[in-house]
Amino acid sequence: MEINSPYEHHDYDVLVIGAGGAGLRAVIEAKQQGLKVGLITKSLLGKAHTVMAEGGMAAAMGNVYPEDNWMVHFRDTMRGGKMLNNYRMAELHAKEAPERVMELEQWGALFDRTKDGKILQRDFGGHRYARLAHVGDRTGLELIRTLQQKVVSMGTDVFMECKVLRLVHDDSGKVAGCVAYWRATGEFVTFSAKAVILATGGVGKSWKFTSNSWEGTGDGHAMALWAGAELIDMECIQFHPTGMVWPLSVRGILVTEGVRGDGGILKNSDGERFMFNYVADMFRAETAESPEEADRWYDDHTAGRRPPELLPRDEVARAINSEVKAGRGSPHGGVFLDIASRRTPEFIRRRLPSMYHQFMELAGVDITREMMEIGPTCHYIMGGVKVDAETAATAVAGLFAAGEVAGGMHGANRLGGNSLSDLIVFGRRAGMGAVEYVQGGQGATGFNLEEVDAAVKEALAPFERESGENPYDIQRDLQEMMQANVGIIRTASEIDEAIEKLEEFTDRVKNIKVKGGRAYNPGWNLATDLPSMLTVSKCTARGAQQRKESRGGHTREDFPKADPNFGKINFAHSMPSGGGWTSEIKTLESPLLEIPEELNALLEEGK
Amino acid sequence: MADVTMRIWRGDATGGDFENYTVAQQEGEVVLDVIHRIQATDAPDLACRWNCKAGKCGSCAAEINGKPRLMCMTRMDQLPEGPVTVTPMKTFPIIRDLVTDVSFNFAMAEKVPALLPPPMPADGYRMFQEDVERGQEFRKCIECFMCQDVCHVIRDHEENKQHYAGPRFFIRYAELEMHPLDTNDRRDLIREEMGLGYCNITKCCTEVCPEHIKITDNAIIPLKERVVDAQYDPIAWLGRKIRRKTKRTASEAAVQPAP
Amino acid sequence: MTAVGSSTKVVLGGTRGGPDVATLRQDRWWVQPVVTVSILTAFVIYSTWAAFQNKNYYVGAAFNRDLISPFYSPCIASSCTSGAGSGFLIHTPQWFSPALLILIFPLGFRLTCYYYRRSYYRAFWWSPPACAVSDAHASYSGETKFPLIMQNVHRYFFYFGLVFNALLTYDAIRAFHQPGLGWGVTVGTVVLVVNATLLWLYSLSCHACRHLCGGQVRSFAKHPIRHKFWKFVTPLNAKHMNFAWASLVFVALTDVYVRLVASGALTDYKLF
Repeated sequence: MEINSPYEHHDYDVLVIGAGGAGLRAVIEAKQQGLKVGLITKSLLGKAHTVMAEGGMAAAMGNVYPEDNWMVHFRDTMRGGKMLNNYRMAELHAKEAPERVMELEQWGALFDRTKDGKILQRDFGGHRYARLAHVGDRTGLELIRTLQQKVVSMGTDVFMECKVLRLVHDDSGKVAGCVAYWRATGEFVTFSAKAVILATGGVGKSWKFTSNSWEGTGDGHAMALWAGAELIDMECIQFHPTGMVWPLSVRGILVTEGVRGDGGILKNSDGERFMFNYVADMFRAETAESPEEADRWYDDHTAGRRPPELLPRDEVARAINSEVKAGRGSPHGGVFLDIASRRTPEFIRRRLPSMYHQFMELAGVDITREMMEIGPTCHYIMGGVKVDAETAATAVAGLFAAGEVAGGMHGANRLGGNSLSDLIVFGRRAGMGAVEYVQGGQGATGFNLEEVDAAVKEALAPFERESGENPYDIQRDLQEMMQANVGIIRTASEIDEAIEKLEEFTDRVKNIKVKGGRAYNPGWNLATDLPSMLTVSKCTARGAQQRKESRGGHTREDFPKADPNFGKINFAHSMPSGGGWTSEIKTLESPLLEIPEELNALLEEGK
Repeated sequence: MADVTMRIWRGDATGGDFENYTVAQQEGEVVLDVIHRIQATDAPDLACRWNCKAGKCGSCAAEINGKPRLMCMTRMDQLPEGPVTVTPMKTFPIIRDLVTDVSFNFAMAEKVPALLPPPMPADGYRMFQEDVERGQEFRKCIECFMCQDVCHVIRDHEENKQHYAGPRFFIRYAELEMHPLDTNDRRDLIREEMGLGYCNITKCCTEVCPEHIKITDNAIIPLKERVVDAQYDPIAWLGRKIRRKTKRTASEAAVQPAP
Repeated sequence: MTAVGSSTKVVLGGTRGGPDVATLRQDRWWVQPVVTVSILTAFVIYSTWAAFQNKNYYVGAAFNRDLISPFYSPCIASSCTSGAGSGFLIHTPQWFSPALLILIFPLGFRLTCYYYRRSYYRAFWWSPPACAVSDAHASYSGETKFPLIMQNVHRYFFYFGLVFNALLTYDAIRAFHQPGLGWGVTVGTVVLVVNATLLWLYSLSCHACRHLCGGQVRSFAKHPIRHKFWKFVTPLNAKHMNFAWASLVFVALTDVYVRLVASGALTDYKLF
């Protein structure tokens, strides 16, 4: 196809945007089918947020508990997601995760082992059995390094530190590629492709206390919306219950759930193990009633029921929030996480080496002797681009999405460990879907250079203004506003205020002035991220406004109970194509998929 | 808390110099926090690479008071009194300010012959903890490339970049050579093309490793000994002759396809 | 811009950032090289002097003792002091010091030792003098060319070292028996025992030893005995530096002690 791009131009069969677990897995799949694949990442290869996943990846291999199987995993996932999930994604995920995890070892992954040489699995919140394949507390790093090394050994073209601004269509409205710029030089570059896979991760950078890096600005969510795809469940944000709270500068940095899986417990300032007071009815039957029963469970899951510290993350985060509000918090506004009094120093250092170093070096706390101070931190967005479960295809032809940027898999709340397995299951499926699409000859036939021009013009505007605002000020204000108004606990008046303020932020972003040149200018980079951050924040606020109930990662103070009517719908956001990022967002109810009878029976079991 | 002066090198391939920024210190801060504060106020275009800010991604490597460190793991209150000097990694070409072009490392990564295990059984491979533990130490690597930066073989001798993989890739080779399932032999490649012999085991890589990987003792020296097995040990050589074990050449090992 | 693909080339000669100075370190990085140079120089001077002395290296029956300096053991030259010799003699002129015949082995072991290499490359050759301090040389080929490629023979010196350890252990055992007095323990006995022990620890903690014991296998699970050996020497290996210095200093002190007793300046005190 002849494309007269005024910029450096590359052409691929399949273009993958985002080099975390999902993007890399998609590349492998498409390359294995012999297609020409390009991979674009905003950072260096191997630095994606996937490395922050610590505890493990969930797969019902049954290596530790042979009773485990995909049906139990499916049920755990749906219940954890408060039944808001795309059941088909949860089903495929539960069925395919074991094979996806095992194949990683073909490419060099080295998981911790059981005595008989199989992959060891650990306990995590919401999973009935020990199910998480892991490597100490750095499983995400293992996953990304394995996939990265595989991708590199296949001779893939990787474009690093390349920020994608917009997706580009052909004349028929199919996605045909994208326009981006090199961060190192600030020069623009265009990519044409027959299919584009989004694997850009999450949106957490719009909150003040977050485990996300600067990259988590929701670029993929926003670009998909701008390109004509739908976003669902954007109000469902996971606040990980255990983030560091002190020193202030490290507030939000993740403390793995593995601490609790390996025996850690939560205490308030009175020294009370308070989680027993917060067991919701839905989980009462499978949760221990006393500390003695809970403690028996760690060694033998048949000797007692699960400790309440291992309830799904939304439950634990809300409990911590309530304790702090009731004045029983730690000195720096969190609660205490104690593993020191429960396990030996050797055990802690062997199982949780990076937690040990993290606290030692950043907070001066020896977790083998002292309790950690922790509190909820914005961690993950369950919502995302609405996709077809089998192919990861979005509503726009030629556009696919996998990983955190895709919605539906996790419903209203994600179980720990389901994220890494999500990446490899649906990363592969996105690759397969794109390959099928390309090989079916449906690929785009043109490349709309007007869209390129518009994106370039918008990106350069902050240099041309005589005066204007510092993008860092806007980002800081946005983070504070979202934390305060659309945080872990929400209420109508605050959400309404947030929606108003987001319009003000939009005006402020249109008036940004950037200092300096285009070469590696973080101020400018931030200015080009802000439209994405605002777009996804608007969707989150709108979803939060309309979901007048509490469910999973969405808690309304004014509607504290789950409402069965809302349990049947997602809120889907869309935008008229071609109108620019400030166009009005439309939010509609979208019914959930009907769960087939035989799967429904699994969910009813042991309810 | 007292104010602190940050001496930050600013510039690009056309040249540069130190600029001083005076900022108020806050409790528990790391160097990266202070850099971010400078970005948000005085110098929004101050270039610095970072991602996780928790010592897990290895993006924010720079030289603090002359030593390679992760900016996110270096606490301000543990640095000596006086101005804090921050410069980009010296071994790699400058892009801007504190950001360097680390593509040398990605070029070396491409040359690594992949793992070559036997076909996977239906229920997965069997490996044992004592065997995976050796490799797991090296897989802790977060690719901050500070070991590459501090290694004088390329830090002080640019021309060696042509034939020297560097400590980061020696641990990668060690990991593969110690992998219980691997069937590739990379020893000749390591000696002939990856320049293991250039390493004079002065151990600076181990000193700067933020993951505390014993790069020299557990990877480089065992690799050197493996090369001795393959190349300089007449007894081992004789053993191979007798057992008629064929050696793959370096280039053969390099192009072995992975499954 | 950073892009990699199937044929990424290493481009040399990019402009580097930061000031063009040897180092920006402000700490006292030069302390370590200075200490290394001082101790190693002192040792070389002393051992050279001692090796050419050709006397006072053996405390014999005249003192009711059987103590030999490790610098002179095994004493295999015909010029050996009576009583110190080991039987199979090499004919040498009387002025020839027997130490010169054997010192090459322990010297070679230490010279090619991975730990000592680190230390003298840094302290003497300044390549580099300390981490993130510029190398003092314009060009550098490491251990890829003669003579430094010979460092690869370390494991053979290790094997010889084991023989020497055995012989020095034999000397230490002999020191428990005092001619004319019978069995007992003197300060000299303790000195020789400690010396032999430190030399064993230095050898067993050697990197080549760790490799040969078990490090070289791909799968420990398939070689459980070699895994046991490897697990035994690995913690020793972590202390190789300590054993290297301790055994170096102590071997010289042992020679000093024997020399003082042999020259009559000191009496070897009998403990029990």
